[in-house]
This record gives sequence, structure tokens and C-alpha cells, in this order.
Amino acid sequence: MPAFLASVSSREGMVNAVLAGLLLAAPLIAFTLDEPFYISLATRVAILALAGVGLNLALGYGGMVSFGHAAFFGLGGYVAGIAAFHAFDGSDFIVWPLTLGGTDQLLIIWPLTVLVVAVVAFAIGVISLRTSGVYFIMITLAFAQMIYYLAISIPTYGGEDGLAIYLRNQLPLGDSNDPLTFFFVCYGMLLLALFVSSRLVASPFGVALQCARMNEVRLATMGIAPFPVKLTAFVISGVITGIAGALFADLNGFVGPSMLSWHRSGEIMIFVILGGVGRLFGPLAGAALFILLESLIGGMTDRWQLFLGAILLGVVLFARGGLIGLLAGRARHD
Amino acid sequence: MTEPLLELKKLSKAFGAVKASDAVDLTLFPGEIHALIGPNGAGKSTLIAQVTGWMKPDAGEVRLLGRDASHLSVAARAKLGLGRSFQVSSLAQGFSALANVMLALQARDGGAFRFWAPLRGNAALREEALGVLARIGLADRADLPVSALSHGERRLLEMALALALRPKLLLLDEPMAGLGPEGTRNLTAFLRELKNEAGILLIEHDMDAVFALADRISVLVYGRVIASGTADEIRQSAAVREAYLGDALC
Ligand SMILES: Nc1ncnc2c1ncn2[C@@H]1O[C@H](COP(=O)(O)OP(=O)(O)OP(=O)(O)O)[C@@H](O)[C@H]1O
Ligand SMILES: [Mg+2]
Repeated sequence: MPAFLASVSSREGMVNAVLAGLLLAAPLIAFTLDEPFYISLATRVAILALAGVGLNLALGYGGMVSFGHAAFFGLGGYVAGIAAFHAFDGSDFIVWPLTLGGTDQLLIIWPLTVLVVAVVAFAIGVISLRTSGVYFIMITLAFAQMIYYLAISIPTYGGEDGLAIYLRNQLPLGDSNDPLTFFFVCYGMLLLALFVSSRLVASPFGVALQCARMNEVRLATMGIAPFPVKLTAFVISGVITGIAGALFADLNGFVGPSMLSWHRSGEIMIFVILGGVGRLFGPLAGAALFILLESLIGGMTDRWQLFLGAILLGVVLFARGGLIGLLAGRARHD
Repeated sequence: MTEPLLELKKLSKAFGAVKASDAVDLTLFPGEIHALIGPNGAGKSTLIAQVTGWMKPDAGEVRLLGRDASHLSVAARAKLGLGRSFQVSSLAQGFSALANVMLALQARDGGAFRFWAPLRGNAALREEALGVLARIGLADRADLPVSALSHGERRLLEMALALALRPKLLLLDEPMAGLGPEGTRNLTAFLRELKNEAGILLIEHDMDAVFALADRISVLVYGRVIASGTADEIRQSAAVREAYLGDALC
């Protein structure tokens, strides 16, 4: 078994490979059939799955039920949007103590996203992780709402209307405006995040993180303080979701407060739960199912969320392992 | 005289009107088993919680290995070499027995901030973990998840996790409970050997085991140490008989 899949059973590894293969095949088929809409749909799945991979690290493996991951998703989007905005009209982001203009280079925007989201996730984590259970859920929600209202109150960056990104941010090689190229970028990011997650989860850090979820008392008794482990995981989790947000803004050519709203936090959580909490490819399965429902049933009736609700109910009541659990059986314990 | 591994000075803790620790003085020296006995609700577990750092004493001092540990975190005290077992097993339920021990070894050797190489792939660590499990008699249960272990096996795994730290001192909260006669005999023999590696503060209701093992015994009643001495001294103490041992020995 390749090291990539070392943290899951061989059956689950197979399911994962099939899922990844399907997501790759869909836009290629759409391309040959000249159906660009489906390329963009597949790109959406890849990006939202990436956001879920981020949350899964905190929620699935660390047991930190964050209801505020839209904060990181939206921040990533705003980093991309604000950088593009200043690059487009040639203005400066700040002039003191140093002059910082905009940029439309993704290779600058992404590291910037990592930096910004890491700092914010650290600040939110330091405070939120002093609580647990329902208080943690509420405090992460509260922080996300604060950032939401902050975004609304800054007219320079569109306030309630958000910011348009007129020209998709650029890559040095390849044309990011080409739908298939942009899909590959997002797909590559998703695979990278899955790979990093799989390594993290199996590493001493990841095992300690899972121990913190199962029994913090045990972890501390072993001589590992749970707080720094959880905080680190929370920051990494936020950063991955933040990158997804930056990609999402570029996909849509738009970033607005809706990316920061608590609906979005709930949606990312739904991807994770639908797909299987703490299953490596769960967020991909969940995001794919979500988008399929939205575009298939959503095309027929506005009440598609009723179906989503019913499925979610079924998963929570009868299939805790989510889609991955149904397809690949119970998670391996070790 | 050698320095004590553990020294409690006038440790006090009250829950409302209940004095769970009442100016407790206590020492534990290298190579000895010091048993702490007392009726239910005497404050034994509360004392352990204060030594390990889960509970803050109202007053008094906890000294570990010659230094004031009163302000150290639970994890920091464990790092100093303080191992413990819980009265009610506290394990990472979703992991196998082996993974529990490997994580404990990792905590001791490198800590948690290693992000890349898989823990399970660490052959040396695995070897050592299997050794620890074998020592306590759990080698053939290594790959079972904790949830599949029997009550007694979980108690032993607790002990294995404490040992994995290579502790300098061990606090064992009723390790014999639920082990059955044979398990109790085995563990008694094991602890007799173990005390040369680590001083042991032993809380136990099984008086046969206590009198067979303890170099010193302290008796805790209503949070107060009412007597402290060798096994013989305690057996003969009138105060102890009256307060506690009366029913147990007659
Ligand atoms: N967190 C707490 N809050 C309030 N009272 C407590 C708390 N923990 C313990 N107590 C009380 O303190 C006293 C000592 O309890 P403790 O658990 O230390 O006794 P113990 O000697 O370990 O008893 P046992 O032999 O039954 O394990 C009891 O009266 C108990 O009810
Ligand atoms: Mg007790």
C-alpha cells in the first residue's frame, strides 16, 4: 500500500482512490463533451472538499467542533479579493510603515493567505480552546460572526456587496483562466492537503491529537499537554480551509460576506459529517454528494435542502461513518 | 538520608465543609512502597489529584524530586517522572493497547511535535512497547482495541502506560480492584520487584496486599493522617483499629 494511504485500511484506500479518480474523470469528460459548466462544478467540489479536509482535521481527528470555519474560508477569499482589487486599480493596501500594493500572483496570494489565516486561527484558537463542548461551538461561531460584520462594515472592500475579482489571479506557468487548468490547480491542492493530512494523522502529533479527542486526561498523564497540540491542529485546520477560500474566490471571480456567514460554516461541517467524521476522504465524499444533490435535485425543486436534511438525519442516526463508512466499513483502530 | 521522591507539606483541600485533605504531611523515598489506606471517602483520590496536578490545593506544598512542583502542569509533572494509574481506568478507547503504549513512549522520548513519520512505523518504539506489554502480561492483547479488553486487562494496561514513562515514582490508585485473586497475586509479586525501579505510593483496599507489600503505611481518615509507620506498628495501633482496621482485620 502506498505510504499515502497508510493510515486507512486497504478497502478504504480503494474507495478513496475511486473517489479521487471520479473527480478527475468528471471534468475531463465534460471537456471532451464541451460542457464547461461541469468543469466548474467539479472545481467547486474540489475546493469545498479542500475546505472540509481542513475542518476534518480539527473536528474529525481533534474532536474540536468548530462552527466558525467560515471565518477562515472567507478570510482566504478576502485575501485573494483584496490583493486582486489593489492590483487591478493600482492602489496600495497600506502605505505605512511600508508600502504594500496589490498583486494578482497566486504564488504570492497563497502564502499570504496562509499567513493571515494562521494568525487569525491562532488568536481564535488560543481563546476558544479554553472552553469545550457547546461553549467551544458557540465561541467559534461568535468569532466568525465578528469577522462577518467586520467585512460588512468596510466599504472600501464592497461592504455587503462584496468584491468582484475581474481577472482571475495568475499563475507563472499555465493560464488560470482556462477552466480545465484551474480545475487541475484546485484538484492538485486537494490531493496535497489529503496527503499532508494523512501524514499528520499518522504522525506522533496526529496520534496525540486523536488521543486528546478520546481522553485528554490520558494524554496529559503521559506527559503531553493537550492544549498546544489542539491549538496547532486548529491552526493547520484553519489554514487549509483558508486556502480553499482563496481558490473559491478565484473560481467565482467574487468574494463577499456570504463566504464568512455561519451558513457556510454549517455547510463545511455538513461535508465532513456526510462523508464521515475523521475519515481521510470523508470531506471529498461529502462535498461531492452535497454538490450533486444541490445541482440535481436543486435543478428540479428549490426544496432540495429537505432531501439534504433527510440524508443528514439518516447518516447521523444510522451511519456514523458517513458515506465512507458505508462504502469502506468501520474505521481502523490503531 | 536520601532525598524523598515525593514530599507533601501541610497539604489542605476542602470541598465546602468536607475536609478532603487536612494538613497532610507525607513522604515517599526511593525503593519503598508507601501504602495509603483509609475508609471510602477519606480523601485518598483527592490527594492523588493534588499530587498529579489535576487539583489545586487550598494550602500546602507538593515537592517532587526535591523541587517545588506546586505550580507545574499535569504534563510537566509527568515529564519529571511521575507515573500514575487511575482508580477508574482512563485510556484512549479507540486505540489499540499497543498504540496507547507507543504514544506514551513517544511522549517520553520525543514529545508530540513530530509531524511527518508515522508513529506506527517506528520499529524501535514498537519493539519497546511490546516489551512493556509483555512485562505486564499483555503481549498477546497488543493489537486489540482498548474497548475489546477486559476490565482487568485495562487495569494492567494502565500500569503498562505508567511504566512506559520510566517513572521515578508511581501513584497507584487501587490497582488490585477488579483483578481477582490470581491477578492480585501476580500484581503483588510484580510490584515487589518494581519498587526497586520506582518508589510507589500505593492506595489499596486489599489489606492482604497492603501488608504484604508496604514498607510504610499511612492511614487517612477524614482527610487527616491519623497514623503512619511500619506494617507492624499500624497493625498494633489502637487508634487505627478503632478508626478503620477494626472491621477489616477481625
Ligand atoms: N470534586 C469534588 N467536589 C466535591 N467533593 C468532592 C470532590 N471530589 C471528592 N470529593 C469529596 O471528598 C471526599 C474525599 O473523596 P476521595 O474520592 O478523595 O475519597 P477516597 O479516599 O479516594 O475514597 P474511595 O476509597 O471511595 O476511592 C469525599 O467526601 C468526596 O465526596
Ligand atoms: Mg478513591
